[in-house]
Amino acid sequence: MFLVELRKLVGRPRTWVTIGLLAGLPTLVAVLLRVTGVGPRPGQGPAFLAQVLNNGALFPAAALALVLPVFLPVAVAVLAGDTVAGEASAGTLRYLLVRPVGRTRLLVAKLAVTVVFVFLAVLVVAGVAFAVGAWLFGVKPLPSVSGQTIAAQDATWRTAVTVAYVAWSMLGVAAVALFASTVTDSPLAAALGALAALVTSQVLDLLDAAAAIKPYLPTHYWLAFVDLFRTPVLWHGVSRGFAIQAVYIAVFLGAAWANFATKDIKS
Amino acid sequence: MIRTEGLSKRFGGLVAVEGLDLDVGEGDLFGFLGPNGSGKTTTVRMLLGLVFATSGRIEVLGRPMPRAAREVLPQVGSLVEGPAFYPHLSGRANLALFDAAGPRVTGGDRRRRIDDALARVGLDRVGRRPVRAWSSGMRQRLGLAAALLRAPRLLVLDEPTNGLDPHGTREVRDLLAELAAGGTTVFLSSHLLAEVELVCTRAAIVDRGRLVAQDRVAALLGPTGRVLVTTPDVGAAADLAAALPGVRLGERGPDRLAVHLDGTAPEALNRRLVDGGVRVRELVVERPSLEDVFLRLTGRDGRVPG
Repeated sequence: MFLVELRKLVGRPRTWVTIGLLAGLPTLVAVLLRVTGVGPRPGQGPAFLAQVLNNGALFPAAALALVLPVFLPVAVAVLAGDTVAGEASAGTLRYLLVRPVGRTRLLVAKLAVTVVFVFLAVLVVAGVAFAVGAWLFGVKPLPSVSGQTIAAQDATWRTAVTVAYVAWSMLGVAAVALFASTVTDSPLAAALGALAALVTSQVLDLLDAAAAIKPYLPTHYWLAFVDLFRTPVLWHGVSRGFAIQAVYIAVFLGAAWANFATKDIKS
Repeated sequence: MIRTEGLSKRFGGLVAVEGLDLDVGEGDLFGFLGPNGSGKTTTVRMLLGLVFATSGRIEVLGRPMPRAAREVLPQVGSLVEGPAFYPHLSGRANLALFDAAGPRVTGGDRRRRIDDALARVGLDRVGRRPVRAWSSGMRQRLGLAAALLRAPRLLVLDEPTNGLDPHGTREVRDLLAELAAGGTTVFLSSHLLAEVELVCTRAAIVDRGRLVAQDRVAALLGPTGRVLVTTPDVGAAADLAAALPGVRLGERGPDRLAVHLDGTAPEALNRRLVDGGVRVRELVVERPSLEDVFLRLTGRDGRVPG
């Protein structure tokens, strides 16, 4: 079943357009930086962008920071929101289920291809950003956010952990969207539901009055991967982020399964 | 092949199906009839495990549903509320994708089974065009092909001739008869009464979620007890007929007369008329069309139940 779902994902032009656009945004930013030479002042603007002008090796992390707040979660929410609701609105869900494909199996397969998409998207963004960064700005030993230098192989594993962390954060989004997708028969409504949850979280994260719940918001630790480029690495935010996402993923996947396995399919 | 006992389904406060006892035997070509909103589709969905019953039992192929769905459904082909496909793929690719989903099947390789199924529904010469560009009749045929893909023992078809032209309708009717002759049981849910009358051996009629009739089609269409006489001598015929015991006269036209026979044999009426010098041009024992039976059993105004 996973292979069938994978074929659907790979065979759909939409998948590649989305990934192309995701990789296109950081590329555009890099070209603009290179042509104008005007970067954000240190400490301002998106993470790492100020340093990128001097060193392309930071660009993968900068690119992820660029797409993380909005672009990437929107893409993931749309894709994951479409998984079940898209089949329902096309009418193909009932034909899959009477094949028969077990409901749990179908949900697991849908989740698995979403994971594939998330990793693919994050890896392509990081990979393209690395190539673009190296080409436009050159690669030097990294100065860390804290000021000291980071060795090349050190930078590699930090970037790898960053990719994993961003993908894990996006899986939290995917879990919420997948749950929404089992609730409604409209893929648009499912994607909007997941995005509404994210926007709420991001708004509350800016609100001082919500200080008490901030550490539990799904988006609160998203950008904590910046700490991975400090020396020594500050693990607190990243490990909290991993743990909180794990809870969101478990809760929403559980809810998605409970809902889908007992639902009357009327589409 | 299909047996339900006291099958009921409520959606919130709405009773969709109530106390339904269906019995479809092996080899039946079974018509399942009912007005819009009578619970036909809900019943079909319950048979296939898509909708869960509120109460009652379902057996398909002798196994309980939906518990035994994994063993039962691979032997069932179905078309539920119109076909559905991935529009950007070709018909062949769609069938391959559906076939690859779910448990593996034995019985020939996929390509050959797809070719066979497409040939059976007259789509063997479709090209690689995506289904998006197909006419609704072609999609309907492709839906049938998908149902036939695994040579099922039971076919559950919901309105299989929707969107087909008269030729297509005839072809599907012949196909169903051919499949039934080959031992496939067919459960045909439809509101096209003429179609059911033409192909089905048994039928059930539901109304507002309840079963109102279930019998052989021939029995459902038993004589009404009326005889229609066509003759130029309507007046004389009426006088003669009225003199027979138990006979009541029905409506009368310039050259036609309806007679309620209540026990009198039609041939006795004929003898009386002919002996009495009435020139009988035609004497027909009236049989109801399925439409008449249907309208009588589900009788009410045309409003959709709220």
